[in-house]
Amino acid sequence: MNSLMWAALDSHVIAKRNVIKIKRVPEVLMFVLISPIMFVLLFAYVFGDSIAIPGGSYREFLIGGIFAQTVVFGATFTGAGLADDMQKGIIDRFRALPMSRAAVLVGRTASDVIYNVLSLLIMALTGLVVGWRIHNGLVDAAFGFALLLAFAYAFSWVMAYVGLIVPSVEVINNASFVVIFPLTFVANTFVPSENLPGVLRTFAEWNPVSAVTQAARDLFGNIPPGTPEPTVWPLQNAVLYTIIWIIVIIAIFAPLSVNRYRKAR
Amino acid sequence: MSTIEAKGLVKHYGDVKALDGLDLYVPEGNILGLLGPNGAGKTTAVNILTTLIRPTDGTATVAGADVLKSPGKVRKRIGLSGQFAAVDENLTGYENLDMIGRLYRLGREPARIRARELLDRFDLTDAADRPVKTYSGGMRRRLDLAGAIVAEPPVLFLDEPTTGLDPRSRTEMWGVIRDLVGKGTTLLLTTQYLEEADQLADDIVVIDHGREIAHGTADDLKAMIGGERVEVTVTTVDAIARASEILATFSGGEVQTNERTRKLIAPMSGGSAEFRHVLRDLEDAGITVYDVGMRRPTLDDVFLTLTGDVAESDEVRDAEKVGT
Repeated sequence: MNSLMWAALDSHVIAKRNVIKIKRVPEVLMFVLISPIMFVLLFAYVFGDSIAIPGGSYREFLIGGIFAQTVVFGATFTGAGLADDMQKGIIDRFRALPMSRAAVLVGRTASDVIYNVLSLLIMALTGLVVGWRIHNGLVDAAFGFALLLAFAYAFSWVMAYVGLIVPSVEVINNASFVVIFPLTFVANTFVPSENLPGVLRTFAEWNPVSAVTQAARDLFGNIPPGTPEPTVWPLQNAVLYTIIWIIVIIAIFAPLSVNRYRKAR
Repeated sequence: MSTIEAKGLVKHYGDVKALDGLDLYVPEGNILGLLGPNGAGKTTAVNILTTLIRPTDGTATVAGADVLKSPGKVRKRIGLSGQFAAVDENLTGYENLDMIGRLYRLGREPARIRARELLDRFDLTDAADRPVKTYSGGMRRRLDLAGAIVAEPPVLFLDEPTTGLDPRSRTEMWGVIRDLVGKGTTLLLTTQYLEEADQLADDIVVIDHGREIAHGTADDLKAMIGGERVEVTVTTVDAIARASEILATFSGGEVQTNERTRKLIAPMSGGSAEFRHVLRDLEDAGITVYDVGMRRPTLDDVFLTLTGDVAESDEVRDAEKVGT
């Protein structure tokens, strides 16, 4: 077997270990599943009537944003999982084994996709209950979900890197909020970016979270007819812009994280 | 050539020198005990030899492979059991060993068989399919040790394998370790306990502040620091001088005194008969003792004898925690 195949096999072994953990500590999974439900219900019923979307329903507009926000939040699990392994000394055991240097990270980011698949599924079901619908056919919708998952996967590499740097799980849980809140709120997730003032608007327009949200809305058919075309390139080409970000994030953070893992501490 | 060979290992964490020029040689099939207090640099040395950290300076080879130039080769030939039982709490004992076997690339079926075999050998069969979080400290250590030998590596590193264990688990662990090395494994063991090094090691290197301060067999070291000791604590500072004179007549002149704790320590070779003489002479001199006893030499005595200092070094200990 060549080294790439070994790396894949090692990653599979690590991913399997993480999946066992998901089963053994169901509390984590429970919160992963409850929080998106809470978000959908909160925004749909608390803000649902106070934010007007010209020609459409806020609830339909909202779902794409909540999808994007939730998968970005989900990436925190990757960082927290790695920080936990570092703290408990398991990473040192792995690092002294003749296994692939990328496997712990590849296995971790891969197994965390499960969280995102499940939370997207739960959110979609909750969305359907509160009145969200897919209008563009299942193929486009499937592509929308795939794009959200790919973006989540890329973002989990960012948090993997953070997880290897921070000294403890507590730190990463707090630190991630500082990054994730602005990223998911200064965007078109909950309000149209045109409604934001000056600098915030520009940030929101170029924010990759806006692009993935816009792409999802577009692919689910949740942009009401008559809505003015976006005026900036990233939102006009949301799918392409999202894919570019996915590639750039992985290209930067995967090697950075593996390098950090090699040298850990 | 020695199976483990380290020359001039230096590791700095900022201003703190965790290792300051350490040499180690362990011939094939031998057990080296690396003895020292917390923060002496034991874990740092193990971490360098197991490729976890890079030394600031120095070279090392393990089983013929250079730890800096071919760390991958080193990892194939070593097993490591660390200070903090690095097993996954959420996996069962079996799942832990199976995973490690797969990561050593034994193959699916051999990894399974090996896992069951080790659980049996380490007396963990009954707990094999329970998550490790339900294990006792001793069971975790045994599982961790089993993890280190999954691939039957020719070289083994055990970093304080019994620290924090109760006396019974410690004795059990010694039995397990002795069994292991009966088979020709080369072992580097770190410990804070002279007794442990004595029980297990062929050769002992005593380190402090990242440097070797003594080297020899357990017998050599004991000869160096003498046999048993009598320890006397007197009730008043005034009595120290007189008590010291009395003890000196038994120890051939050597007595350590501490004014603050009013404690005197003197080597003694005559066993309990001599001990009774000491008590009688103290009584005859009208010295009231607060506490008195015989005891075997400890690591503290080694340090007192070798460095004239007690065995502690909090500064480096903290640095090592952060650094390793």
